Amino acid sequence: MNTLWRNPDPKPTYDVVIVGAGGHGLATAYYLAKNHGITNVAVLERGWLAGGNMARNTTVIRSNYLWDQSAAIYEHSLKLWETLEQELDYEILFSQRGVLNLAHNLPDVREGTRRVNANRLNGVDAEWLTPAEVKKLVPIINISEDLRYPVMGATFQPRAGIAKHDYVAWGFARAADRLGVDLIQNCEVTGFETNAVQTSRGRIGAGRIALCAAGHTSILAAQLGFRLPLQSHPLQALVSELLEPVLNTVVMSNAVHVYVSQAHKGELVMGAGIDAYNGYGQRGSFHVIENQLAAAVELFPIFARAHVLRTWAGVVDVSPDASPIIGRTPVDDVFINCGWGTGGFKATPGAGWVYADTIANGRPHPLAEPFALERFTSGALVDEHGAAAVAH
Amino acid sequence: MLSIPCPHCGDRDETEFHYGGQAGVAYPADPMTLTDEQWAEYVFMRDNPKGWFAERWFHTAGCRRWFDLERHTVTYEIRR
Repeated sequence: MNTLWRNPDPKPTYDVVIVGAGGHGLATAYYLAKNHGITNVAVLERGWLAGGNMARNTTVIRSNYLWDQSAAIYEHSLKLWETLEQELDYEILFSQRGVLNLAHNLPDVREGTRRVNANRLNGVDAEWLTPAEVKKLVPIINISEDLRYPVMGATFQPRAGIAKHDYVAWGFARAADRLGVDLIQNCEVTGFETNAVQTSRGRIGAGRIALCAAGHTSILAAQLGFRLPLQSHPLQALVSELLEPVLNTVVMSNAVHVYVSQAHKGELVMGAGIDAYNGYGQRGSFHVIENQLAAAVELFPIFARAHVLRTWAGVVDVSPDASPIIGRTPVDDVFINCGWGTGGFKATPGAGWVYADTIANGRPHPLAEPFALERFTSGALVDEHGAAAVAH
Repeated sequence: MLSIPCPHCGDRDETEFHYGGQAGVAYPADPMTLTDEQWAEYVFMRDNPKGWFAERWFHTAGCRRWFDLERHTVTYEIRR
């Protein structure tokens, strides 16, 4: 049978073992092989490939973060997205349709205009739009002043957009497999030894171990004997039935906790804020969906006629400053890439690139340096709660 | 939506409550002597188990009191 990747049995030992075959794990494996010539690599996945958050996110890609450190890593990622189809020789339906972040009150306006200026200073495309300009871009939006949370303007990043998440995972998986990486599904890591992992498919030796397990990273860290400043929360999303094209950009609203785009097939894809409590159940509380839809219908009255087809949740690893944690750990030869929280999809190629370099060289990539675990001791946090766009 | 047993008001909807995270994290007994590592541990590090978790809830729309309960982070079942 002609498949996109082999399904090999694990070898006794690898130079690098990556734990987690989501987008970040697959991208890391690809760039380890492509950029660093390290091909004796396994990606271990307890379930099926890209079946966790990679299958559950709302696929928004953007780089309009506030601080220099964040703009650098997210913009690096966006630049990689712009040539990723050619790089992987695989269609991913990357569509640079722009992202609007709406402002609904004066603090939102001030924060938004500040962020536009910060973005421009960092070479990230950004514009401030008035309500009338928002309306021109999105004719179905309600900019009436009578709304409970009126639209008072928006930031706009034209180069932002969406991609087809499954195709991204398959593209990276196929490309990594062709370079010799072993993708091993149904292989759960159950414990660690020095330079080895214990798994449901036996012991596997590992020169270096790279965690890429998003919401389950804390569990692995506990097995390794160190703590992380992460809390795992449900993050819910939903889709409508397939509709005629009505929305050709991504609209996000931090204040009313909804973000929406229309996928290529026609379904409206919507996300909400996280559920407040810790949870690994891949489901959240219904009132979060109710609030999100109330906000969406107020902003887009036409949506009142749409139906919810399916809802679900992922398990997101939220860090105290809404920024990722990338780099070394207290355990030799063990590396982490986690804490991407509600926004990891957009970072897929960038995180993979930077993490692969960090693993290959045994020191943080320059773009990863500000995101080391040590920042929680030094106090040099990278607070992106404003730009993270999803309420935490 | 969770149904949360407030010890003072009885079972109420989750929307009446504010979540407070891990229970039993005591303020440092002698804060002036803490190292940076110990401060990081107190301020940022929290358990994040997949299973039973002792956590704090605040009954914002009711008695306005904090209380602890144990909740399972996979099944979301609650026990006191």
